[in-house]
Amino acid sequence: MNRVPMEGKVLNENARIAAELRERFHESRVFCVNLISSPGSGKTTLLEKTLEALPRSTRVAVLTGDLQTENDADRLKRYGFPVKQIVTGGTCHLDARMIEKHIADWDLAQLDTLIVENVGNLVCPSSYDLGEAAKIVLLSVTEGEDKPLKYPSIFFKSELMVLTKTDLLPYVPFKADLAIANARRVHPEMKVVKVSCLGGSGVSNSGLGEWMTWLERRRQTFLSTLSQPVG
Amino acid sequence: MHEMGIANSILEGVAKELQRRPGTRAVKVGVRIGALAGVDPDALSFAFEALTLDTEFAGLAIDIDYVAPRSRCRDCGREFELRNYELLCPQCGSLSTERISGDELEFKYLEIEQEEEANSTQQNAPREA
Repeated sequence: MNRVPMEGKVLNENARIAAELRERFHESRVFCVNLISSPGSGKTTLLEKTLEALPRSTRVAVLTGDLQTENDADRLKRYGFPVKQIVTGGTCHLDARMIEKHIADWDLAQLDTLIVENVGNLVCPSSYDLGEAAKIVLLSVTEGEDKPLKYPSIFFKSELMVLTKTDLLPYVPFKADLAIANARRVHPEMKVVKVSCLGGSGVSNSGLGEWMTWLERRRQTFLSTLSQPVG
Repeated sequence: MHEMGIANSILEGVAKELQRRPGTRAVKVGVRIGALAGVDPDALSFAFEALTLDTEFAGLAIDIDYVAPRSRCRDCGREFELRNYELLCPQCGSLSTERISGDELEFKYLEIEQEEEANSTQQNAPREA
């Protein structure tokens, strides 16, 4: 019997494709984000409101993942931007190869932002790098404040937590401050925005403006890292 | 439940390693998994066993080193294991600490034996009986 050292990541093949995607995104200056949450936290609704508010000239595209149906793509296509559904057929997460396949006939040079809506799942998507510049986690106020502690992996890896459905706060026992404190226990640098997509309180009170500002600022940061000399 | 896919990727890695070492077979594979990797070690063991059953990898053992996340204090430089997401530096009490590991999902080692060794073990077995 002989023990030999073995190196490398277990998800080597995914890591390889993700690295290729990241390089392509960098070359084409495409800012890619990966939206992750439990099913029903409001990823698609947030995207609907986002696309609705963006000027038609914005060069944004969306990939949306689900186990079955084209429903989300149908919802998101209404805003006139390129949208493609990824039907995983039962797989509980998106992997880098799925992204590679679904952007194959898109000209990245015509895009500034690519938003990936992952399969609704707080666990598995956190293990698969998609070549994105940032992961974003959504937590809705109808969930538990301790979710960041129960599912630390995704909160650890996400730059931003979007607290959704905040218009329901008066009706649920959810303590927003506690949820944010829990997220920062796992990830001290976590940025947080609170949004209400269906509250009817107007863009100014909905937090959507703050969310879209974060997105644009983060894209600028992404672009500024690209212009730095590689060393 | 993506442990099945992870187990499959581990087997792909083992197969690749064996290609580089003709005439050997794998006995045990060691992997390191961080508590923040989002992989459940029990589910992974179960998936691994299910996947290897009745295949060329039947009997291949998996050794999972499940490691706690580690942090480093930005003020005094002390590195420490994170328990219950306690951010306080145990040395100087600073709250300015950063996570340095915890999402590992990587190979550590592979235990192999020569194929002849394996055959002779099998041939010896009936004689001993």
